[in-house]
Parts: sequence; C-alpha cells; structure tokens
Amino acid sequence: MKIVFTAKGTGLDSAMDPRFGRTEFFVIYDEESESIDSYDNRAIENEAHGAGPKTAQKLAEYGVQVLITGNGPGNNAARVLQAAGTKVYVGAGDMTVREALEAYKKGELKEF
Amino acid sequence: MKIAIASGKGGTGKTTLSTNLASYIAESRDCVLADLDVEEPNSGLFIKGELIHVEDKFKMIPEWNRETCELCGNCQKVCNFNAVLKMGKMIMVFPELCHGCYACSELCPTGSLPMKFKKMGELKSYRTGNLHFIESRLIIGEEQAVPLIKQTIDYVNENFDMEMIKIYDSPPGTSCPVIEATKDADLVILVTEPTPFGLHDLKLAVETVKQLGKPFVVVINRHGIGNDGVERYCKEDDIEIIARVPNDRLIAETYARGDLLYPVIPSVKEAVKVISGYIESFKRGEK
Amino acid sequence: MKEIVVISGKGGTGKTSITASFAHIAGEEIIVADCDVDAADMHLLMGPDFGQSEDFYSGELAYIDQDACIKCGKCQEVCRFDAIPIIDGQYIVDPLECEGCGYCARICPTEAITNSEQNVGKWLLSGIRTGASMVHARLNIGAENSGKLVAKVKNEAKAIAEEKNKRAVLVDGSPGIGCPVVSSLSGAAFTVLVTEPTVSGLHDLKRVYTLVKKFGIKAGCIINKADLNETVLGDTKIFLSEEDIVLLAEIPYNDKFTEAMTNGKTVVEWDTELGKIVSGSWEKIKEIVKL
Repeated sequence: MKIVFTAKGTGLDSAMDPRFGRTEFFVIYDEESESIDSYDNRAIENEAHGAGPKTAQKLAEYGVQVLITGNGPGNNAARVLQAAGTKVYVGAGDMTVREALEAYKKGELKEF
Repeated sequence: MKIAIASGKGGTGKTTLSTNLASYIAESRDCVLADLDVEEPNSGLFIKGELIHVEDKFKMIPEWNRETCELCGNCQKVCNFNAVLKMGKMIMVFPELCHGCYACSELCPTGSLPMKFKKMGELKSYRTGNLHFIESRLIIGEEQAVPLIKQTIDYVNENFDMEMIKIYDSPPGTSCPVIEATKDADLVILVTEPTPFGLHDLKLAVETVKQLGKPFVVVINRHGIGNDGVERYCKEDDIEIIARVPNDRLIAETYARGDLLYPVIPSVKEAVKVISGYIESFKRGEK
Repeated sequence: MKEIVVISGKGGTGKTSITASFAHIAGEEIIVADCDVDAADMHLLMGPDFGQSEDFYSGELAYIDQDACIKCGKCQEVCRFDAIPIIDGQYIVDPLECEGCGYCARICPTEAITNSEQNVGKWLLSGIRTGASMVHARLNIGAENSGKLVAKVKNEAKAIAEEKNKRAVLVDGSPGIGCPVVSSLSGAAFTVLVTEPTVSGLHDLKRVYTLVKKFGIKAGCIINKADLNETVLGDTKIFLSEEDIVLLAEIPYNDKFTEAMTNGKTVVEWDTELGKIVSGSWEKIKEIVKL
C-alpha cells in the first residue's frame, strides 16, 4: 500500500506541510518495499484558483491509497480524492513525515 | 435613478446608511433598496417587510455525459480555471470554480458537456409600506459574486420604474464585485470614517469610481472621532462631503440591536434628510 | 514554526487593530503577513520601510493584435462576458469585463489573440518599527484578490521565518468566505476570530466559522465592543461554548481604539487598560499553540 504525506521537503525527516492543495512536496511511502519517493508540487503556486482539485488529480496518478496531511483538503479536492478512493487522515501538520507515519500506524490520526 | 452606496473598507457604515436612507425616503414615496453585498448580505437584518417574491438564481455550468464522452481530455485542456478535470475514466466538474465561459462545452468534439442550469443563489423581494427591498444571497462555497450581482440589478431594472429612487448597498473593496454594483449607478455615495484607515481606503474607492467615470460624493460616518485627514483630502481634491454622521455610542448600541437609527436619533435623521435632499436635487439636474 | 491567523467575517470589528497590537507585543519573535489585501491597512500602524517590492501576476487577459485580426467576429460571438466590443471598427478587449477564460484565443482563425498573465499589483517585504519583517501586498484598482496572492504573501513570510528561525507567522486574514480566506486559513495552527456583539457581527461570525470548522483548526474568539449589547453578547457566548471556541477576551467599547490608530499607534501602546486585555489574550494564544 502507498501512503502519501504533504511535506515541506522530500524525505522522512522533512517537516509536514499542513496544507493540502498548495503543499510544496509529496513524500510517497511504499509499505511493501519500504521505499520513499517524492513529488515536487511547487508549480501549483501559479494557480490562482482551484489548487486543491489540481493537486488531488496529480496524487491520483500515483495511485496512493492513504493521504496524511495537516488541516485537510477543501470540498473540491475532497471530491477528487473520494473519486480516486483515497482515504484522508488529518492532524499531522506539526509533525515530521516520520512522526506522522508512526502516528498513523498507531491509529492516532483522525480520518477526515 | 440609481444610487450606489459604497466604501473601500468594510465596517464603515454602508449598510447602516443604505437601510436608513431608503427607509426615510420610503416615508414619502416609493423607493427600492437592493442589497448587492451578496456574499454577506446584512441589510435584511434591519428591514422587516413582508416577503412577496422568491426566486432561485442560476448560472450555466457544463454537465458530463458519460455515454457519449470519448475521454479525449480536451475539456480539461481548454479550462483556464481548473473547473474541469479528467480523472481516469471520468470527467469531474467543479461548479464553484466555473466561470461559465462555455469553452469546454462548445469545443467538446462529441458534445458531451452540455451546459445546464445550476443554482448559485436566491433572490428575495420584500415590501414594507413604500419600500421595496431586494436581497440576493450567494450559496456558501460559490466563488463568483459578479453574475448574481448582475442578475439582481437586472431584476430591479425590469421590475421597477426608471424614475424611482433605487439604493444599492454595494459590496466592500475595489475589485470586480463593487465595480459590477456601481457601474450601473447614476451617483455613487462613498461612506468613510475620519481615520487613517478610512482615508486610505477612501482614496482607493475614489480611484475606482473615477475609473468608472461616475459622479460621486462623500458621507463621513463617526464624525468627531479620529482626525481631519479625510476633510483635508476631500477639500484638496475638490470632493464634496454632503453629510456628517456624528460618532455616538447610542448609534452603535441601536445598530447592535438591529434597529433603524433615524427614528430614534435626531442627528441621523438630519443626515438622511440632507442626503435625500441632495439626491432629489441631483435628480433634477441641479448638481 | 506556526501560523496564527486572525480573521473576522464582518468589516470594522477591529481585526487589523488587534493584529497590529499582537505584532507589537510579539516584536521580533514573529514575522507578520498582511493577507487582507483588499483593504490592506495594517502597514499604517507598523511603519514599514517598503524595502523590497515585486510585481505580481495573476489571472489572464486577452489581447487582440489588430494587424493579424481579419475582423471575422468569432471572438465576439463566443465571448459570454460581452468583453469584446467593436470600437472604431476594431475588435477590442475590455479589460474590466474580460474573465481571462481564453476561449476567444482558442478559436481565433488567425491566432491574432494572445492571453497573457495580468499584472494585478505587487507584493512587498518591509522592515517594520517593531524590528520584525512584514510581508504585504498592494492590489491595482479592479484587480481581485486570489488564493494565489494570499499564498504568495504567506509563503514569503514563512520562508523568512524559517531562515531567521522565528517561531511564528502572524497573519491578518482576508475578509469574506471565498477563496482568499480559504487560502489564509490553510496551514493555520490557530485562528483568532474577532467579532462584535451586533446582529450582523454574530451573523457573519457564524458564517465564517463554518470554514474554520471544516478545516478542523483550533479557534479562539475576541469579542470587541463587548458592552454594546448584552443580549447579542450572551448569544455570541452561547455559540462559542457550543462550538468549543476559546473566549480569549472581551474588550469594552472604547474610542481609544480609534485614537490610537489616528496617531499611528497600536492600542497596546496607547492605553494601559485596553493594552492589558489585548496582551492577556496574546498570552493565552501563546499558551494554547505552545509558542
């Protein structure tokens, strides 16, 4: 299963980015292979409106099952994530990616 | 005869002036008050009338037809607003982001995105004595205030006589919604406070109405507080101040209750009388 | 590094005065971001030096190259915004009406129409008199605030905060309930709602709180002009407790707010009594967000 994190950097020790639509990076963690991948989302800065759905669409291309973020997506982005079948967990805005992963495994994060 | 009440900054007393002025004028003749601050319409909190008409207001948005769509993705490519996205084998439309330009619909090779009506808000019309009060309210999450403002003005123009005095309570700011609300007006009344914030925002509002080429005058609210910056600016730029409403705690308290001011506060009654007189002489072409 | 965002649904509640007071108390500990770009007034109290500025582009605008135009009129036909009138025999784009949808450019047979990004104003980086830095913006007339501009102002502020190792960014949030306020709130660790006990104040507080709640952001409330109306004050407090919003302070109706502003000062510098109340609420916020 693939788990994706909204983050300010590209690794496990990067700080989480609490924003969804305008997050700077995604860190993608593959549970099976325990490998890390990342995606640079900073081009989203150029979108005046509708950053959320656009980012969610990008995410869907990666085929991730779980999204972990800070404050949660807006309505439009939530619709895209739902269509893609991605589960969303929130409340990890203050953590590092590693901490967020631990918190998720322990079931400490709230489902959006 | 259309009068837009506007201000650069929120909270300067636009709604207070609009509701009191319209109610005062309606004591002697027919008057229309239209709340065009469709994102946060508040005039209705001060006007209690009989609801006589309700209608839904619509905008046009595309609706996906799964049967005929060949998933070419052209719709997503031609949308400048991220309002249409292709998600795997599915096209998603985001009504709040759609500006209704028809590009995706008309450029679709298989005609799979016909434009359909979508509710964006509601218009209500109330009546109390000679006062006709029109209020439009945007649904939460809707981003485009301008089409609803436009349709509300159209409603007013279609339903009320040209000669009747119409007061437009405009949205705050200097962006598209306020331009939409004032560009149809014959006269703009800018409401401000005699403070540095008030002056700063008044200057922006003046630039906006000048760009539209509208005649405008100023009303100072909370007169006596702050400094003489606004008075000096108006004098230097030859802007007429037609009335000054004094700063008074009683006014704030009456407003807090949601009551009209002029029936109980003589200084406000005097001010609306002067403003209404100004509008009359403007109408006769004396100003 | 945490974002503390101050918002109010309704104008004139004292949001900017209170944010400026917080900025004064916090001094160099924080970076200030003014995202209320439609009525950007905070700089009037902060003594900014307008050190750096940069043009900001957002949205698009069509432009018709008259040399390439064959006057077929297709652009005017497809434009749903009546933005392409004929002036002196030429098809001209009216910049106030053009929504920048790009439809006309896509169907023009001679490719005479280009869509270009519109300069809507500038964003600025200033040193302010508290010793901190402030990021703010100035919009051109008729230009619209957007999630993009708010994000830009906040991102610049956050970058400086990281670089200088500051603990928080204090954001004066956008008004209303649209895209700019959503963008102001995204990323917030804590929201301060400024309201007044008037029927319209409470009405707009409830409307804007629906957004805060949706994002699950912790919120506190400052009731300004608290003694204006006992009934609405009571209703406001009931709403706060039902929604689990922390009551940070009740500030009495006082003309000293305006006096301070008139003198280019924050209220904490101007009046000891009011200053104490505002400082008290800042202390509470610090405690809640663990600054």
